Amino acid sequence: MVLGIRLVPREDGSVTDPRLRDRSAVSSCAGRAIDWLRPAAGVLSGLAAVLGVVWRRSLKVRVVSSTVVLSSTVVLVLGMVLQAQLAQRLIENKTQAALVQAENSKILVESELGAVDPTSASLAGRLTTAVDRLTNPDPTVAGPATANAGAYEPVLVDGGGAPGVVGTGQKIGPLKDVPAVLRSAVERGAFADKITTVRRGSSSVTMLAVGMPVASAGRTMQLYLLFPLTAEQRTLSLVQSTLVLGGVVLLVLIAGIASLVTRQVVVPVRQAAEVAERFAHGHLSERIPVVGEDDMARLGTSFNEMAASIQRQIRQLEEFGELQRGFTSDVSHELRTPLTTVRMAADLLYESRERLQPVLRRSTELLVGELDRFEVLLADLLEISRLDSGVAELHAETVDVRATVTQAAASVRAVADRAGTTLQMDLPAAEVLAEIDPRRVERIVRNLLTNALDHGEGRPVQMTVAADADAVAVLVRDHGVGLQPGQQDLVFTRFWRGDPSRDRRTGGTGLGLSISLEDARLHGGWLQAWGEPGRGSAFRLTLPRSRGTQLTTSPLPLGPEAPRGVPAPGTVAPAGPAPSGVGSSGVGSSGVGRQ
Amino acid sequence: MAARVLVVEDDPASAEMLAIALRQAGFETAVVGEGSAAMPALRELKPDLVLLDLMLPGMNGIDVCKAIRAESGVPIVMLTAKSDTVDVVLGLESGADDYMVKPPKTQELVARLRARLRRIEAEPAEQLTIGDVAIDVPGHQVSRDGMPISLTPLEFDLLLALARKPRRVFTREVLLEQVWGYQHVTDTRLVNVHVQRLRSKIERDPEHPEVVLTVRGVGYKAGTP
Repeated sequence: MVLGIRLVPREDGSVTDPRLRDRSAVSSCAGRAIDWLRPAAGVLSGLAAVLGVVWRRSLKVRVVSSTVVLSSTVVLVLGMVLQAQLAQRLIENKTQAALVQAENSKILVESELGAVDPTSASLAGRLTTAVDRLTNPDPTVAGPATANAGAYEPVLVDGGGAPGVVGTGQKIGPLKDVPAVLRSAVERGAFADKITTVRRGSSSVTMLAVGMPVASAGRTMQLYLLFPLTAEQRTLSLVQSTLVLGGVVLLVLIAGIASLVTRQVVVPVRQAAEVAERFAHGHLSERIPVVGEDDMARLGTSFNEMAASIQRQIRQLEEFGELQRGFTSDVSHELRTPLTTVRMAADLLYESRERLQPVLRRSTELLVGELDRFEVLLADLLEISRLDSGVAELHAETVDVRATVTQAAASVRAVADRAGTTLQMDLPAAEVLAEIDPRRVERIVRNLLTNALDHGEGRPVQMTVAADADAVAVLVRDHGVGLQPGQQDLVFTRFWRGDPSRDRRTGGTGLGLSISLEDARLHGGWLQAWGEPGRGSAFRLTLPRSRGTQLTTSPLPLGPEAPRGVPAPGTVAPAGPAPSGVGSSGVGSSGVGRQ
Repeated sequence: MAARVLVVEDDPASAEMLAIALRQAGFETAVVGEGSAAMPALRELKPDLVLLDLMLPGMNGIDVCKAIRAESGVPIVMLTAKSDTVDVVLGLESGADDYMVKPPKTQELVARLRARLRRIEAEPAEQLTIGDVAIDVPGHQVSRDGMPISLTPLEFDLLLALARKPRRVFTREVLLEQVWGYQHVTDTRLVNVHVQRLRSKIERDPEHPEVVLTVRGVGYKAGTP
């Protein structure tokens, strides 16, 4: 293998190119390093696949591995540069020494062969003697310069096969080991050197071959000196293995250091994360232990301040809630006690109204009537304030929804009779058990019915109950004035009135539907409205049959179409869970108008 | 002879008005303005019924209620300004038989008081059993294995209503109508609380009742003798 060629300028002015050798030396080292890295890269990619999850989740793994990857690149480049430098120095030294040795040898050989007759038969013997003098120099005759180029093998050639070179072609030494490039250069009269690899027995040896023309009587001979580079190679491979070992040790140390350093950051961060998690789960007094004054301590301090602030605000809100609850209760009591007196006094007057003058009698009647309204308004206000402050509690029990709505219907029967409105009910034949707060549900249905009677223009009002596995729905449908587009949501607004000029038959407070909506929400249910001008309106209450179930659909469609199973005409069904009219489970498969 | 009602109410105007209205309805009344004065008045006057305001100075209405129950089974009707469930249930659990939210309608108040004062008519020697409990109806006595169990009149009425129709399932609404004299019923918590109180007295294990049974989704019925 040709390692490189170097043409050193001599008297004859031939070209030299030291870059050639440098570059090849570097590339050979890089090649070796890549050979060494290839299996490692395979292992790394396999690990990367396995540790993908860890990589994404662990900051520590990421920091350590990127540190290791970057460090190995640095170590690799550094090692390669070092090795290249060393190799270059070694070769340079050797070449320097070899050249000096070659000068000496040239002088020696020229003196030996100065008077040789090229044609004489003794040429071979003379050549051998000259070579012997080279290999076994006379200790008494010191060379002009002592060079420490080490052992070498001389080759002496009398001319060669090259064209234009006259000679016998006699040779001493292993001429076949001299590279042809070198020989041709030397035969042209140049002083050249070349690194070559030769086979010696079963192994190959890298050698530095130096060649020069030797002037003898009338003809030119060539002297080649072959310097084995075994020692240099040994030094280089020693350096190489030292570098690899050092690099590996360095990388392990760096990984360890990175891991330690990251740990210092990651441990407090993980701790902070755990504390934050516990805090988020409601343990408001959780705090991060703060040690020292570093950045982690600052993080901890800031977190703790934030936590304290949040805790303070939550406490404040809780206090406000308590205050609200107390206020509601206090207002309730403070207003109701005087109202009791007024109420009873009014009742007393009302009972004896027959004995009063007509003016006083009418006044008394008005007084009692307005007291009723006042009480309802007060109760509604307190209820909505309770719902707003979140202190309203759901007292859920498993009841038959049919009984609850029947009761609600019974409580508005008087109003319906007065308005001359028929109330038609369509209840399922089988009982509909659901986990509800019967008081609230009855109030919702009562509000819906009252609302329907108020706006039904005296036309029949239908109430339909249906259930599926998850939900129970109550639909109250009237055929009165209906709703203008966009009023479907407005109807639930507090004190909102569709048409202020309309007479109020039941004297509603304007809070009924708002309270009903809140009551429905408290159950995790829906309360939705539909209406069209002139076609009447429909209100659908949908409640989950068991607490905590998420509603997805309602068993009844919300819209103008009559649900499956025509409602049996008739008035309010008798109290009790007796099945009424045409039984219909009314599962709303049509889905018309479902919101 | 007119029934005597002890009105315990701190607000003077309200107390006076209550007294006027009750006298008008044919009751005899006595008024006490402080909770702490209720017990002495109760011992001295031996009223047939106590009308108790829940919020009182000196002694909380709840405490008064408990104090009365510790000594007597006299019917107690609570007047409360708080309609919150917690307050109502607390009042009922401390021993009140019935409650009314202020402001009460006079007619309704009178009807409730009368219902509490009304005695159930009994056959001369009516004896009933419910579960393993024996009821001596004319003697107003309840006993298990000969050991008498002390019940308030209301609890006795409740038990009797169930025992007289052993196979019937009573809804809470029907019980309110029969035992409490309610007309339009919206609040059935009253029944729940009193059934609990009754069970705590007559059941061997109130967690697993054998005398007053719950019928899920409907109401209550008598246990088989």
